[in-house]
Parts: sequence; structure tokens; C-alpha cells
Amino acid sequence: MAAPGGGAGGAGARGRRRWERPALLAACAVPFGKMVVDGATGGLGANPIEQVQDRLGFWALAFLVLSLAPTPAQRLLGVAWPVRLRRQLGLLAFFTGLAHFSWYLGVDQFFDLRLVAADVAKRPFMAVGMATLLLLLPLAVTSTDRWVARLGFRRWKALHRLAYLAAALGVVHFAWRVKADERQPLAFAAALGTLLALRLLPRRGRRRAAPRSVVGQP
Amino acid sequence: MARWRTDEPEGAVTDERLWLARREFLRLGAAGALGLALPRPSAADDGPTGAVLPVTRRVDLAGGERPTPWGAITTYNNFYELGTDKEDPARNAGGLRPRPWTLTVDGEVHRPLTLDVDELIRRFGLEERIYRMRCVEAWSMVIPWVGFPLAALVRLAEPTSRARFVAFRTLLDPGQLPGQRRAVLDWPYVEGLRIDEAVHPLALLAVGLYGRVLPGQDGAPIRLVVPWKYGFKGAKSIVRVSFVERQPPTSWSRLAPSEYGFYGNVNPAVDHPRWSQARERRIGEFFRRPTLPFNGYGEVAPLYAGLDPRSLY
Repeated sequence: MAAPGGGAGGAGARGRRRWERPALLAACAVPFGKMVVDGATGGLGANPIEQVQDRLGFWALAFLVLSLAPTPAQRLLGVAWPVRLRRQLGLLAFFTGLAHFSWYLGVDQFFDLRLVAADVAKRPFMAVGMATLLLLLPLAVTSTDRWVARLGFRRWKALHRLAYLAAALGVVHFAWRVKADERQPLAFAAALGTLLALRLLPRRGRRRAAPRSVVGQP
Repeated sequence: MARWRTDEPEGAVTDERLWLARREFLRLGAAGALGLALPRPSAADDGPTGAVLPVTRRVDLAGGERPTPWGAITTYNNFYELGTDKEDPARNAGGLRPRPWTLTVDGEVHRPLTLDVDELIRRFGLEERIYRMRCVEAWSMVIPWVGFPLAALVRLAEPTSRARFVAFRTLLDPGQLPGQRRAVLDWPYVEGLRIDEAVHPLALLAVGLYGRVLPGQDGAPIRLVVPWKYGFKGAKSIVRVSFVERQPPTSWSRLAPSEYGFYGNVNPAVDHPRWSQARERRIGEFFRRPTLPFNGYGEVAPLYAGLDPRSLY
């Protein structure tokens, strides 16, 4: 989730007007706005409850995987601005995932807790989905600057690497939910695999670059 | 249909849409006022279309429940040969050519047949049967099928004493069924019934819906309907019916034997690994309702006397 990129996205960004966050919010309004419009016009199809459930799950996973992109973008491409969106992307992933679960609990199952408990206990894909959301909870809670300070950056960073595990579980949850056509889960898996591989790459680059600039590295 | 569309003046289409949008807006406003602004099912339901079929008899076997709207039955389909999203089949059915269509009946029969589907319709006559349809994904519909009993075809073919099962095969033609270009399932789609299931009076070969010719996305021109089984048993766009001695392979149980069996009988007590089968959502309704054994068609129970019901999922 959100890691302050060595100060670049933290204090330095504050105070000045930034276009990134409003732009991100506007972009995120598109899938949610579309859901509302589709809901009002019949665009959610014959089974709107299932359709909303699926779309919320899709976007939760999409935001989560996207939240892992800014760090490699900064390290490999030297593009800094995506890092300022990392925290928001992570929080969006958490809240969309929470909405996904709440929709299942409150709308799809209408708070039938006995059946929900049985569902989670009996069906591995449900248990993995729950684990994904529970894993994101501490990351969402500790996403504030205050929590970074309280934990210390090193420990905070280690904790937030759980985002990779959560994303992997999210992909598994999606793949197990699908009956036969695994194209979308595979696309998410490929994106996540690429991002993870890119995170492991820069070590070599950094070592080479180390003699030239030690100061300012995250 | 396609000709009608091009002949339609553009203005008329826009008016219709505006009218629907306004109607929808008013409905939404009213619902919102009541605090009930829940997502609505498809609004673009202009009612049944297509050629009218001659129906001689109507039987309601869904306990008087109102049939699911035409728009839902024709836009929410599991027909992977036309795409894996529910809306795909309606979008991709245009390439399917359901006429002329020949059905081959072969195997352990005294009278192997190759018949045009319209010839079959003339020979057997058509009746409307309103059935509940329960999908293994825990949703359901009430569907006014038009067709003839599968038993009529079985009688015509005169199976030999060795025929114990009936195997159904869907058309294999990636040109007409573009979903077959990807190996999501092992094409062609195959399904099967025990011969005593096949001759049960409830087993139907459907050629229509709401009194009209069956649309492509629903399995045109001829499909199997077995109302006490999950929907995946209902092979669509059938080209071959074979009478065989041994239990034939079936597509979904071949893909995931632990999830789908040969029988596929609706059973609320036997869960699917992905869905609880205890309840179902009738398309168009908010609350789930309890699923009934054999989808409420308990009269078929004697077919399975002495068999462990847990093996019949």
C-alpha cells in the first residue's frame, strides 16, 4: 500500500496544489459512476446483484495491483508522480474490497450470517477472499503519516509489503471463483508477476549506481 | 430481424429510447422516493420477437408463477460457445444459422434418422411448457418453452434393447459459434441422460420461447430441457442424438469431475464447491428462496429409487 517514497510524496508534496490526486479520484469515479448509471438504466443486466458484486471485486483487485506499480515506475523509469497516488490507490483497493464484501453480506445474502459463515468455511475461494480483505485491514489502518512515524519506516515498509501477498490472494480468489474462462484472472496474475519481478530487479541497478549517489536513496 | 432494423427510420429508434429512458427515470424517481433505489434488471425489454410458432397445447408446470421476462431470458445466458460472459451469447448469436438445420439420430436404434428440424416440428406438433429453470450458479428463471417431448423422438427412433443412455451433441463450428475458437471446454459440448430419464414426460426438446422461434443465444434451433436438473444438462443447438450402451461423457463433468456429476439433479442438500445450493435467486427478485429437491419436480424421484441422492448432483 502507501509507502512514502523517501519523502518525495510526503511533506514535500503538501501545501502545493497537485493535479494527481484529483485526477485519480476523477478516474475512479468512472467505474463507480458507471455502476450507478447502469443501475438506473438497466445496464447491469438481468442479475444486477451479481453484476455489482463482480464489478466491485474486479475494481478492488485492479486498484490493489495498480497500487503496486508506482514504486517500480519510480525506480526504473524515474517517474515520481505515481508515488504520490500509492496511498490513495491502496486505500481505494481496501474500501472497494470492503464494499465488495459488504454487498455480498448485506445485499446478496441479506445478512444471513449462518449461511455466510458456512460459505466461508466450506468454500476455499470465499476463505481466500476473506483473508485478502483481512490482510488489507492493517495496511489501511497504518496508512497514515502518523503510523509511519510510530512504527518506524523500516518496520512500516516491511508491514506494507503484505500488499503483494494480499494481491496474490486476491488473484487466487478471482481464479477460483471463475468456472472455466480464466483470461481475466490470468491477466491480473501476469500484471502482478511482472510488478513483483520489477521490484526484485533494481537491486542490481542500485548496487551499480551506489558509488555515484548514496544520498537520497529511499 | 436484421432487415427490419435497417428499414427502421432512425428517428423512431431514438424516440423509443427516450421514451424508455423517461419511463425508467420516473420509475427510479418513485423508487428513490421510497428509499428503494436498488439496481433494476434490464430495462430494454420490448417483449418477444421472432417468428410465431403454432402451439396446440399449453401446460403450466411452474405453479402459476409469472414467467421471467423475455429480455432476461434472452440476455442472461450461459452458452459458452457464444462467449463466457452472460451478455455475450445475445451479442454473438448473429452468426449462428439455425435454419436449415438437420438433426441426426443414430447409435443403438432400429431407425437411424436424419431429419430437418422443421420436419420434426411438423411431425410432433408443439406445446408450451412453463418450467422452472435452475442454474448450478444458484439463480433461476421461469421459462415458457415451446417444444415436444423427447420421448416422441425416442419412440420414432426405436432404440434397441442395448440402448441404455442417450447422448446429445452441440454443433461444432467455430465460424457460427465463435466461443469454440478458445478451448474453454472440450468442444463440442456433449451431454447425456439415462434412457429412462429421456423418456420421462417432463424431458423436452425445445424449439421456441414465449411462442416464438428459439433465439440463437438460448440454443437455437433445438435444445434439451430437463427441468429437474441443473441448466448445464440442457445441451443447446443440438446436431446429434446418439443412443449408446455405456454412460456417455458430459462436458462439465469432464472439465471438473469433482464439481459436476453425470446426473446434475437439483439438490439443495449437496453443495457445489463454489455455490451453496440451498437457496437460489429467481431472476428479477431480491431475496433468495429455498431450492427444492429436483427443482420441485418430485415426480421424477422414482427414477432414482435405490440410488444415493448424494451421487446424483
